[in-house]
Order: sequence, then C-alpha cells, then structure tokens
Amino acid sequence: MPRREKVANACIIGAGPIRIGQACEFDYSGVQGVQALREEGVRVVLVNSNPATIMTDPERADATYVEPVTAEVVAAVLEREGCDALLPTLGGQTALNVAVELDERGELARLGVRLLGASVATIRTAEDRERFREAMRRAGLPVLPSVSVRSLAQAEEAAAVVGFPAILRPSFTLGGTGAAMVYNREEYGAAIRAALAASPVGEVLVERSVEGWKEFELEVMRDCADTVVVVCSIENLDAMGVHTGDSITVAPAMTLTDPEYQVLRNAAATCLRTVGVETGGANVQFAVHPTTGEWAVIEMNPRVSRSSALASKATGFPIARIAAKLALGYRLDELTNAITGCTPAAFEPALDYVVVKMPRFAFEKFPGARDMLGTSMQSVGEAMAIGVSFEEALQKACRSLEAGRDGLFAPPLVAALDDEALKERLTQPSSLRLWAAAEGLRRGWPVATVSALTRWDPWFVHRLARLVWWEEKLATVVDDPGQLAAVKRLGFSDAAIARAAGVAEEAVRQARHQAGVVRRFRKVDTCAGEFAASTPYLYGSFATRDEVPAGDAPAVVILGSGPVRIGQGIEFDACCVQAIAGVRQAGRQAVMLNCNPETVSTDWDAADRLYFEPLFLEEVRAVVEREAAEGVLLQFGGQSPLSLASRLEEHGVRVLGTAPDAIHLAEDRRRFAEVLHRLGLRQPPGETAATLTEARAAAERLGYPLLVRPSYVLGGRGMEVVYRKSELERTWQRGITAAPEHPVLLDRFLERAVEIDVDALCDGHDVVICGVLEHIEEAGVHSGDSSCVLPPVSLSLEVLAEVRRITRALARELQVVGLLNVQLAVRDGVVYVLEANPRASRTVPFISKATAVPWAALAARVCCGESLARMGVRDGVPLGVAVKMPVFPFERFAGVDPVLGPEMRSTGEVMGMARSFGEAYARAALAAGLALPCRGKVFLSLADADKPRAVALASRLLELGFAMVATRGTAAVCQEAGIALEVVNKVSEGRPHVVDAMINGDIALVVNTASGSRAHRDGTAIRRGALEHRIAYVATVSGAFAAAEAIALLQRGLGPPRSLQEWAAAR
Amino acid sequence: MGYPLFPVHPTRPDPCDDGVVPALLALADGAVFRGFAWAQGEAAGEVVFNTSMFGYQEMLTDPSYHGQILVLTAPHVGNVGLNPEDDESGRVWAQGLIVPDFSLYCSNWRAVMTLADRLDAEGVPVGWGFDTRALVLHLRAHGALPGVLACGAGLHERELRHRAAAVPGTDGRDLTGDVSRRRVEGWAAGPWRSPGAAPAVAAPGPRVVVLDCGVKRSILRQLVAAGAEVLVVPGAAPVEDVLALSPAGVVLSNGPGDPAAVAATVSTARALLGRLPLLGICLGHQLLALALGGRTYKLPFGHHGANHPVRHKTTGEVWITSQNHNYVVDPDSLPAGAEVTMVNLTDGSVEGFEAEGLQVVGIQFHPEAGPGPHDALGVFSRFVQSLVPGTHSVSDFGSALMQRGEGTEGAGPTAKAAEEKEKIAIPGTHNGEG
Repeated sequence: MPRREKVANACIIGAGPIRIGQACEFDYSGVQGVQALREEGVRVVLVNSNPATIMTDPERADATYVEPVTAEVVAAVLEREGCDALLPTLGGQTALNVAVELDERGELARLGVRLLGASVATIRTAEDRERFREAMRRAGLPVLPSVSVRSLAQAEEAAAVVGFPAILRPSFTLGGTGAAMVYNREEYGAAIRAALAASPVGEVLVERSVEGWKEFELEVMRDCADTVVVVCSIENLDAMGVHTGDSITVAPAMTLTDPEYQVLRNAAATCLRTVGVETGGANVQFAVHPTTGEWAVIEMNPRVSRSSALASKATGFPIARIAAKLALGYRLDELTNAITGCTPAAFEPALDYVVVKMPRFAFEKFPGARDMLGTSMQSVGEAMAIGVSFEEALQKACRSLEAGRDGLFAPPLVAALDDEALKERLTQPSSLRLWAAAEGLRRGWPVATVSALTRWDPWFVHRLARLVWWEEKLATVVDDPGQLAAVKRLGFSDAAIARAAGVAEEAVRQARHQAGVVRRFRKVDTCAGEFAASTPYLYGSFATRDEVPAGDAPAVVILGSGPVRIGQGIEFDACCVQAIAGVRQAGRQAVMLNCNPETVSTDWDAADRLYFEPLFLEEVRAVVEREAAEGVLLQFGGQSPLSLASRLEEHGVRVLGTAPDAIHLAEDRRRFAEVLHRLGLRQPPGETAATLTEARAAAERLGYPLLVRPSYVLGGRGMEVVYRKSELERTWQRGITAAPEHPVLLDRFLERAVEIDVDALCDGHDVVICGVLEHIEEAGVHSGDSSCVLPPVSLSLEVLAEVRRITRALARELQVVGLLNVQLAVRDGVVYVLEANPRASRTVPFISKATAVPWAALAARVCCGESLARMGVRDGVPLGVAVKMPVFPFERFAGVDPVLGPEMRSTGEVMGMARSFGEAYARAALAAGLALPCRGKVFLSLADADKPRAVALASRLLELGFAMVATRGTAAVCQEAGIALEVVNKVSEGRPHVVDAMINGDIALVVNTASGSRAHRDGTAIRRGALEHRIAYVATVSGAFAAAEAIALLQRGLGPPRSLQEWAAAR
Repeated sequence: MGYPLFPVHPTRPDPCDDGVVPALLALADGAVFRGFAWAQGEAAGEVVFNTSMFGYQEMLTDPSYHGQILVLTAPHVGNVGLNPEDDESGRVWAQGLIVPDFSLYCSNWRAVMTLADRLDAEGVPVGWGFDTRALVLHLRAHGALPGVLACGAGLHERELRHRAAAVPGTDGRDLTGDVSRRRVEGWAAGPWRSPGAAPAVAAPGPRVVVLDCGVKRSILRQLVAAGAEVLVVPGAAPVEDVLALSPAGVVLSNGPGDPAAVAATVSTARALLGRLPLLGICLGHQLLALALGGRTYKLPFGHHGANHPVRHKTTGEVWITSQNHNYVVDPDSLPAGAEVTMVNLTDGSVEGFEAEGLQVVGIQFHPEAGPGPHDALGVFSRFVQSLVPGTHSVSDFGSALMQRGEGTEGAGPTAKAAEEKEKIAIPGTHNGEG
C-alpha cells in the first residue's frame, strides 16, 4: 500500500488545557493520531501543555513536550527535533492558530517543515468567514447575506445590507466566543463594540440570522484521490441560534428525506473541495428552513472537532486515526475499517440505532451567570447515549448526564412553574428546556404548541409526547409483560417504574427478569450488521440477540467518569485509560464502561471491551452481570463511580480495591474524626449540621471564619468560606440545594495556611508516596483552582517528613487498596489533615508526568491483587520542578466575578517543568495564557492581613524594574519603608480610578488580595477589567511572589523546551 | 420576523402505545422473528435487508423489490412521511415491510401523507418492533431466504414455518414482466431540486430508449437532466420495436428477479450489440453480460445499501454507491473484448464492465441513487453526451463514462441552469410521470 508523503519525523500539536469549547476530544484525536503515525514508522513529536491527557503519557509519542502550545515553543521544538512535517488538524483551534502563526513568521519555510492535513490557505479560507462565504458563492452553494466589518462605520453599512435579526461573529475566536444575536438597531451599537473587542484581529462578521432554522452537521472525510465520505449526519434538536456544542443532537438525521440529505452531502463534499481540505476530516454545518426547505452552508471546520469526536463514537469510524493516515497520503480505499477489520475505510457508516448527545452545563458554579443558551458555547462537557430508538437514547442520555434525572421527569424547579413561566422556558433556550418541554406536554399542551415555542421539529416533540403519555401508565406496567417490554424499549429506568408504582426498584427488576425483559448488548459495527465486526464496541438495549463475544480471561469492569464537568475532568479519564493498562498487566480483561464521547477511554481499541452506557446503577449492574466480572474498579473515574459504590456492593458486585466502607468512612465526618483521633492527628475543629439552627450553634462554638460545605461532593460544589453569621445563613441555602440528602460540614477555616496535596498508593500493606504538592495560593482557594508545585518549595524538611508520615498512617488505617489523596494544611509548622479521599485524584496524571511513573496503572494492578513490593514500586521522585496551573472559563460568562474561592471553577490545567521554580512557573503561566509582563506598571492592593508582606513584595518588584501604583493603604505601608509608588483611587473612591488606568493600558500586572464587602465590589470591577483587557491578575501574595520569580526568569529568557523523555533520561 | 411554523400532520396514536397486534416472520429455514403488526394481512417473498438510513419511500416504490419482503435497519421509518416527488414508480412494490420502529407521525416540509396511510391503501403489511438487527445477522449467516410475514392475532408458528418453506425464491424466475410498462411511454420530468436551485432539465438532445424491466424513475429523471429525450419501452420489447424509435442509445434498466431467466430482454440486447451504444444498470447490467455470453450467480445475501465503495480499475477512483442486487456477473464468464472495469471493495464482486468495441457499458450499482449518494450521477450526462454525433469516438466511450460526475445539485459550479422541459407526446402512449 503506497504511503505517498515521505514523512519521517512529524510533530503533532495538542490543544493545551481543557476549556469550554475545547475539551478532551482533542486527547482522543491526539492519541489516535500519534498511534496512526507511529504504526507507519513515523517518529512522532508531541507538544501539549496539558498533563492530564493520555496523549502526553511518555510511551505514546517518541518525544513528548509538555510545554506551552505557542508558536515560539513549537518552532523551538520543530528545530531541535528536526521535524519535517507538522500535523495541526488534531489539536483544535489552538493547533490551527499556532500553525498559521508559524507560517506567517516564516518558521515553517525556514525549518523546511511541511504542513500535513491542511494548508494555511485552507485554514484561512475556513476560518475567515468572509473568505469562506466568497468561496462558497463561487462554488454555487447558498450562504447567508453577511458583511465583515472592522469599524463602527462599516458596521452601520453592514446593518443596512444584512437587516435584523442579525448575528455578530467575532473572527478567530474559540467556540464562537463573543458571538451575539441582535434583534434591533438599538442593541446593535453595544453589541458590535463588544464583538470587535472580542476578536483578536478586531474583525466581526455581521450576518443574517437564521434563528429557528433546523441545524444539521455532516462529518466528512476526503482523501488525496478526491474520494469523499460522510461519516455521520447529525441533526440538532435545538434550532439555529443555540451553539451546536450546547444543543441536544441526534444521529443520524431524522427529518430529512434522501434527496434533501444528498443535497447536503454533495454540498459538504463541494465545500471541502472548494476550501481545499485535501486530506482529512472536516465538519460542515447547514441550516435548513423548516417549512420551505431553503438551505445554506453555515460554516466548516477543516480539522478534527468536538463533532467529529461525537461522530467517531456514534458510528465507530475512527476519524482522527484515519485523518492522520490520509495526511500521509493513504487513500480511504487503502485503509481498513478498524471496526469490521474486513472492509475498507472508503465507505459511509450505516447506523441501526439512534445516538443522542446532551450537553452538561455548570451554571450553578458561576453565580451571576444566566442559564440562557445562545450562539456562544457554555457547556463544559457532554454525554452520549445509544439506543434502538430516539426515545431510548434520549432517556439514557438523561441518565448519562448525572444531573439527578433518569428521564424526562420534571425537576422541581420546572414542575413549580406556572403556565406563563413555563412558556417562557420553552421559548428561551436553557439547560432545562428539554424538561420544560416535557412538562408542557404533561400539562396537555399540543405537540404543535410545544414545537412552535421551542422551534423543535414536531417529530421530536411527538416522541417526547409519547414518553409523557407512557409516564401515566408506568405505575401498572409491572403487571403486564408486553407493556413492561414496551416501556423498557423506550428507555424508562427501573427506578422510574418503581417510583411510579411505589415499589422497590428490585421488585421491578425481578418482574422484568421473570417476563424475560432483559438487557442485551449490541455491537456498534459501522455497517448495520451487514458485515461481521471484530471490535467489541457495545451498547445495551432490549433486543433479542446478544453480541458480546466470549472473553478469555476474568473480566474487570472499569467505571469511567461520565461527562466532563468542573471538578471532574479529563484527568479521571486519563486515570481510567491507565487503569485499563494495569488491569491487562494483571492478566485480566479490561472492560470499560463510560458515556463520554470525547474521551480516550471510549475509543474502540482502548479496552478489551467497551460498553457505551450510562454510569447508572441499572446499566452498570447489567454490564457487570453480562461480563460475569470478577469485580469493578471505581476509584479511577472520580465521584461518579464512587457514588455507586455502596449500592453496587449491596447487590453483590465486588468492588476491587479500597472497600466502599472505607470510602464512606473518609466522607463521614464523625468516623473520620475518630480515625484521626486514634492516629493522634490534628484537623481543624469542625462539626456537622443538618439544620440552620444546628449550624448557627456549631458556628458559635467553632468561631469564624468557617469553611462550609455539603458532604459527598467533588469540585467544592457549594463550598464557601464564611466570615460572619449572615454569610453563613446565605451560604446555607445554597448548600442545602446542592445535596439535600447529606448534612453540611462546618470547619474552622485556617487563614493563610499552606495547603498540601499528597497522592499515595497502598496495597493494604505497603504505602508509597507518589508525590507531595504544595499549593501556591493560600488555603481557601479550591485545590483544583490553585496553582501547585512538585516538589514543595516553601516547606521545611521536617514538615515534609511529617506530611509523609501522616499520609502513610492514614493509608494503613483506612485500609486503602489503591490510590489515596490526602489534603493537609500547614500553619505555623503544624500539620492539619483536611480530607482524605481513597481514590484517584485529579493530580495523579500530573504527578505521573512529573515523576515518570504510571501511578493509575500501578494502582489498578494493586486493586487486582498485586503487591507493591513484588512490582518493585517505590516513592515517586520528581524529574524536575513541576508547576500545575489552572485555566478558567470566566470570559464565557459575562458579568460573573472571576474570583477564586473554595468552589472549583477551573476547567483545565497546564504543566510547566523546569530546573527552577521560577522557570517552571513561567512555563506554566505561558501555557495557561497568563501574560506575565517583563516590564511596566504593577497595581498593588493588599488586604490588611497581607500588608506586613507588602514591603518584601514591592521591593522584589522594584528589583525587577517595575513601577508601581497602589491603593492608599498599601502605598502607605510601602512608602513608610521608603519605597516610592504612586497612589491610585479604588473604584469606590471616585475617578480616575484603577480600572480607568487598566482600560488606558497603563497597568501591566494586577496584584489584588483585598477582601471584605467593599473591597469585594472593588475587586469585582478590577477582576473583570483585568479579564476583559487581558491583564495578568494575581489574587494572593504568595501567587505574586511566584509570579515575580517567573518574571525574573522571563526577563533573562526561557530556556529551550525539553521533552519528558529527555527529563527521564537526565535522571 | 415570526418564527417559522412547522407543518403538522394529523396524528393517530402510535402503534406501540396501545392495543398492539402481534406479527410473525417465518423464514424458509425455520427461523421465526416476532414483532407487531400495523396493517392486517400477509406477505410472502424473499426477505432482503437494506441498510440505508434515508429513502424508504424510494425503496418501497422501487420495482426491483417486487417479490421481496423489505427489512429496513434504519431505527425510525415513516418519520418524514411521503412526498409527491420521491416515488420510484407508481406504487409500492415490496410485498411487505419490516422495521424496528414505525412512525405514524411524520414531519418534513414536503410530506403530504404518512407512510402508514399509503401502505394501508395499498394493502402492504408492516411488521414493526422487530429486532431487525437480529434478523440481519441471521440473513448474513444464512443468505437471503424466502419467508412469510403474517399479521394479526392467533398466528400459528408451525404452520407459518411450513408455508415459508414453500415460498418460492427468486432463482429461475423472470419477474420483469410483472413490473414493466406495457406500452411505449415518453418521460420528461427531471430530478427534484431544492428551493432556489436551478431546474435540472436540459434542452432536448439525443433520443434514449429505456428497456423497462422495472425501471426506477430516478434513472429516467437523470437521463432527462442529462439532456436526453427519453422513451420507455417494455422490457421484453423486440429489437425491431426499439430500432423503430430510432434511438441514439439504449438503456437496460434495473428490475427484480433472476437475470438468467429474463430471456426476451437478453435477446433484444444481443441483437442491439454493436448497433447502438448500450448502458445497463443493475439487472440491465446483468442482462448485458448475459447477452455477451456471460453468466450470473447469486450472492449470499446480496448488496442492499447506500454505502458500498466501488473502485474503477484503471482510474482508481472510488465512489460510494447505492446498491440493491442479489445476483452478480461472474467475471470469468465475460467474453474477450469485455472487461471488468469496476469492483466492489467489500467483496471484490463485479460492479461494472465494458465492451469497448461494442459500445457496451454495464453498471451493477445504482448511479441514479434514489436513495443514496450521487457520486456516480455523472454517468448519465456522459452517456448522453457520448450519443451526440462526433462527441466521442467508440474507443473512449467507456472511459469517458466512468469519470466522477458533476452536474448534481450541491456538487459545484457546473450545475446547469435550464428550462423545465415539456412532456414529449408520443402518439398512442401515456405521458410523463403518473
């Protein structure tokens, strides 16, 4: 088979940290791409700053650079690795932007590096909406009237051409950031100003709105011989006007006839040819008018995307893998369909099932953000479900979301709405609209009404109506085997039937089994059964024939982490994928169960068998039973699988590794306190409270400030530091809604303590310490939102030894088998235990990268019974100084205060590794997009408690050559010590104030640690100002010292990038 | 601007919601599959599956499905209703329909009636709620089998099995006579175009006679779009009748049944060899092979889908094609001078051949789509162009034909703008699309 491109040494650019609009789908694509190229004997160099990825596991690529994904760094990597080719189409928008920049700077030409998969001209045509439109017009494809503008004057002319409603799209932004719908001339002025500011090139496309038209997406591949295949058609339930990433989507398309579909198929192919996607994958979006059939091309992405990850998982067609092969010059007909193993990749998958994708939102994390969906993406993750019908897939998707709903049953908030309010909920897209629509139907509103309000195709609404119709019958279906079979086929859960009938779930299950209504597993085979498929990619349904192949070793089921959400992200998928390797090394068959289409764990070849199913008790039990599994591993997938632990055990499922009781012990305030007491360990004084009265009393006893949080949460959901009674009362309301069935924990908050995170591995006998992380921000900022460093830089050796001793003692006492994460706080040389979680933590992949040890894989082996001593595992030793830094989605949520606190808000993380702390921090900052300045003016505003440290900080900044402005109080302290600085007004002190200075571009760095309620208002304005004007912002004094170290390094110039393999070799 | 409203069709309760009636499918090998019945009645025939996700209207009305019970694997069928433009003939030809889910409620801007209403009216029984995947896996393993689909209460499994065993297969049966037109007819309608697109009808050009062995309207529409003046004659028309119409070229159409049994058309084709350019599609392609002295054989379960890759042997081009056939040409049986030009990439079977000296081209798949990809639509314009005197020499006829097509909607700048052509009146014939 000919490989036409002579590529020997290719660089793949990853997508960097997880952000809204750019999530773990690029880990899946990177992993497939790396593997596809290496199979061809190509040496692969990878650049990705995100340590929580599988692609950056050092055995995946030949050289792995966990370095900032910037043009400078990538150019340096290309040069020192001697790469001859660059594949930019697997790393999302980030990678494409870097490729374009490298080309513009002439680096590609200088280094003799060819772009594979997409040319710069192609990227430009696809990304620049004006050029794209012009290209489409030339090709005879319909597009929407639009005008590209760079000034307010041009914007006026554009409005006259385009008319209203219009949509404003800033050029070159991620996931449609800053896009806005404008309905009238009045709104237009402000909106156009915001859009111009949002575009890095100051350009905005003003376009006719097709809000309310149906939206379709086609995933297309093209090879060098001009063969084009459509991998998947996707229909959005939500009409145009809701970002496709925020839409509920369905595959295959449901409301197109064949001729209509073929027109879109032809147009998609023409689009690729016209834009010049010579090889690889792209997705093309279309709008179709629901009653006239008029259609238009909306946009195309000349790369692997979130939609193509979905299409890959929905069809089994490995788009990223094939795209990488095509980039080498293979033709589709020369490649094998990996799923069947016997047919060529030149074909179009046929689906004999329905796939529904549902977005997962995190509005509750961002007080002030409004739960309203529009053209800018706001969801943080997604779940996919497969069923034999739309109904089944939809209800399974509801369960997969893990939002506390197992179907369309109304959440209390929706059920409580009066008709008028409900109508509004149907008109206004939001995260709850599906349930609102079902509620409307429940109230007897006709399909036509609900369809007109939601602008959802009535076919879908009719299907919802059918589910609602069955709800009333649910109470009695248990007695009728035919009806029971019918409702199960429609995707109702046993739990829902049990609720309706007022019986135990187990009774429904028994009735079902007696009636022979049992779940069987079908293959996703790309061909609707036409050819035998060799890949066990399975989904459960109530079919007559089961297709699970026989295994040849005991099976272990690994429960995945479900949809990405804040606090439970890609790092848990990375742990799961490593666990698969560990389970295999332990001589078992690894069976993966997960429902997130973006992940590596749900790749067709990740495990021995893949079940694409919700992490829901009923489905998990069915898989475990079908596999006759030795047990389940649930410590790798974050909180989702852990919350199933006890119930699985109750039903006789063996949990491998730490026993569920120990998991719960660590969550149980009282029992955990007893453990600490037994071990003679300290913890901040704390109590639990079930009512507000109890909480007030406890607070009196404990004293303020207090850390208040509901139990059993990940990501600090509902967690807050309160300084007085009124704050406690306010927080209480939120805490209660966060987790109604569990009491609230109140702990004395240790101000200005240093927080420590330790990950350890225990086999029930021996304990090894994977790594000790020091948080750079002081206690009070959620551990996931704090930058941290490995090894610690500010702790005494004695304290470190104590930390290790405590961790070992806890691991043994809790009888941990597998991973354990301990969070501690150090104040005045005293170590306090904050939490212990016997499971993989989000820091495990980071520590794995920094220590070159696959900790999660080792943990899986331990869970399968292997001993640490036999495996020869010893404490982790960092290869260098590694800094982990979070990234935040604040720019997505207008009006939200980008403040850090005990509630986690970051979406992803980056890693910087170097020989010194300053350099590691500088690399991390660069990777996170924190633009640390080398010169200019620093604004200082310190809280009273921080003021004693103001002089040291100001002197350090002076050393580095910065000028300074400060608020009155901070300035006074410095001036007293003889440091000269300007005084600037706080926002509350009148104008001109600090935000004016920021807007005028006078401030290069903001250090603002002030707290208190007036400072809070000021703080909000300053933080938003910094965010909107892209000024580096530091919220803690320790963070400011860290930034200063990094700046010192940046002023000298960063050293060359180094690969993980070089780091390991240097040890 | 108000929000667009959706067309809403009168609805009945969905079949799965209440009062379900059982349905049984018994296969000749004794296997039985269960589901529910929509209409009453019974169907007997060869059970074949199609994996297309779109186009049930086209498939059901395709005369090639005459004598067959059609199993569709698409998860929902009926969802887009039926429209006036997409029929492939004047009636439903499949004996029965088996689907996973049958949608009585339809939604599509072109829909004028529901699938259920049409099938009711034409007396075609429907089995829904079947595990069609299990059925496909069975047919994949055991080959296309005759079977009986029975609907209603009180079905007798053993008796049905017995009857299924007695249902004749298609081997040795000429079914073209059942589906062919009886008289010469003109055809003037072009293919459907989406709103705003230029109509796809060219000025009248060379006359093409189509031997109707069960022709799909899409073939006729594409010939019209390619600029042909189209006359359709019965599949069994003798060669004199064909020549009397003075065509520039002849198309042998698709159709049902065993090609080896279609003697009359083969003899007409044989008589036309070397006298006129001939294009055979699907059954027509098999008949051309037979006319050349070749043989056909039956595939285990045939090709029925819209996703089959086909590669041209010399150009290397790959098309994704629409396929619907159980029989296939034996490549070793083709005489000297006839050469296999295209193969199916999934099983290597013959997808096309040409006999250059004779201006004969056979295409096993469906370049006209309906349903399926338009990758091969260019076949029609090239065929029609080759009939214009002086355009092509005999020797480049075949290769000129087998090039990636243009001229289909959405396929790029060459889409021709042309006026809707009026129906051609031929004395003593019916006119146009009925």
